[in-house]
Amino acid sequence: MKPAATLKLTTPGERDLVMTRVFDAPRKLVFDAHTKPELVRRWLLGPAGWSMPVCEIDLRVGGKYRYVWQHDRNGTKMGMGGVYREIKAPERIVNTEKFDEAWYPGEALGTLVLEEQGGQTRLTHTMRYESAAARDAVIKSNMESGVAASYDRLAELLAATPATGRA
Amino acid sequence: MQAPHRLDAIFAALSDPTRRAILARLASGEASVTELAEPFAMSQPAISKHLKVLERAGLVSRGRDAQRRPRRLEPKRLGEATKWLERYRRLWEGNYQRLDALLDELKTKPLTTGDDR
Repeated sequence: MKPAATLKLTTPGERDLVMTRVFDAPRKLVFDAHTKPELVRRWLLGPAGWSMPVCEIDLRVGGKYRYVWQHDRNGTKMGMGGVYREIKAPERIVNTEKFDEAWYPGEALGTLVLEEQGGQTRLTHTMRYESAAARDAVIKSNMESGVAASYDRLAELLAATPATGRA
Repeated sequence: MQAPHRLDAIFAALSDPTRRAILARLASGEASVTELAEPFAMSQPAISKHLKVLERAGLVSRGRDAQRRPRRLEPKRLGEATKWLERYRRLWEGNYQRLDALLDELKTKPLTTGDDR
């Protein structure tokens, strides 16, 4: 049995959004899963019903990556991409991030840090937006389009227990 | 929709475990500072400090009883912020559960190097 891994989501600074989670695998594998297209497209999919027909990764400083997701039923596409700023395999990646139809100003900067402890890997992913207003634009947009979470789920959220349902 | 700085204040307020615990307590009904301080190994002034942060963010307000000055949750304000956080967290938890499964597979069946596309 593996320990229950809980995704922790925090907003430590006014421009930042930080996720932490532990994976029961060596960090080389976690790094591969973030940098090899045939692996990335198997998990980085978002809500049910989306697939990733385009996943291109040029893993070098200054190299670009491009992801395009497509909704299986209605064909809606959503694309994003950016440039690698730092790569230190298998522990650190810094890259820019911008959606094709960006609804917030500027690029975001993502920093992925992988730390291995006893065969497990702690992942810390920090998204830094250009400004507090940009991060809030992301937040608002998601709130408007998001599935309305009922007030009943409040306690669940506050306790930071793993979600069991589907968004 | 509220001004961006209010969302910042809400997220800053929610970033602390004690403040989240206070909110969880208030979700089951209003409470005085004394009552709120009880379950925590903290002084009342320390709790009051956390309450001030929560009040500034609009997450907690004061009830009418002048003697007890009970604090109560402002669910609408909290709902606005947590709705998004919950959705975002679920989205990524879904991604990471798929990643768990993929990593398990890779541990038993290492990736054969070849065409990355």
